Amino acid sequence: MAVSTIGRGMGASTVGDDLRCLIAADTDVVQARQAGRELAAEVGFSAGDQTVIAAAISEIARNILMYAKRGEVRFTKVVDGTRQGLIVVAEDDGPGIRDVSRAMQDGYSTSGGLGLGLPGARRLMDEFEVVSALGQGTRITMRKWKRTNV
Amino acid sequence: MEVPILKQGHYLIASIQSALSDADLSQLREALIARVGKFRARGVIVDVTALDVMDSFAVRTLRDIAHMARLRGAETVIVGIQPEVAFAMVQLGLTLKGIATALDLEEGLAFLDRQGHGRIDNRQGHGRIDRG
Repeated sequence: MAVSTIGRGMGASTVGDDLRCLIAADTDVVQARQAGRELAAEVGFSAGDQTVIAAAISEIARNILMYAKRGEVRFTKVVDGTRQGLIVVAEDDGPGIRDVSRAMQDGYSTSGGLGLGLPGARRLMDEFEVVSALGQGTRITMRKWKRTNV
Repeated sequence: MEVPILKQGHYLIASIQSALSDADLSQLREALIARVGKFRARGVIVDVTALDVMDSFAVRTLRDIAHMARLRGAETVIVGIQPEVAFAMVQLGLTLKGIATALDLEEGLAFLDRQGHGRIDNRQGHGRIDRG
């Protein structure tokens, strides 16, 4: 079975608590992005970056709801050398994405949406990886690094 | 979480108080469009100052509100988009093309007044004629 992957591999040591948010209703999307914003604040992200991270979480959490009905979003604070950041993983056991590279294109949607969710989230984050298998589910991993020169 | 909608003269003002779920946003759209008819409103202001995030669903819903309200004879102004929210919107590729925006409620009201939406007797003039 084909597993489609987009994005670079990400290897780094992680510290801090994992936080999991179940996504099964539209209010869970709001909760997940607010939890992510709080963690981003703990990591020390600027207010602007906190909003950027929250917006990316909102998009991928909504995708879970729209295509898989349920899934979860996990957060991990990450330290890689001297850098700090946040990893967000969105995972579901849904139908999977038939064509990952098309799903990453602006304006492509199979749900009648704006088609900006995945490509938009990718632009908001520093690293973005999609692993999807038809009939098995989708895992999106995205990471944002705290900028040190500000 | 229901968004309070205030009527002020010929305008409706929807003042979002907190983060909204997709269902809340859809409910706001239905309520506003119904009230444009009920109160014969000429202008709609949606104050998004308290919105935590403006993602693709929120932008689509605001666009729908503006287009539906226009079809019902009312002009919509979105006010209060915060700087970090604007930054994230641009990164996401989201625009409010063709929809009026203003810095805050005061500017939004001033915009509608300038357009002449508040006055019944200015309906035919609609904004452009009072220049000279």
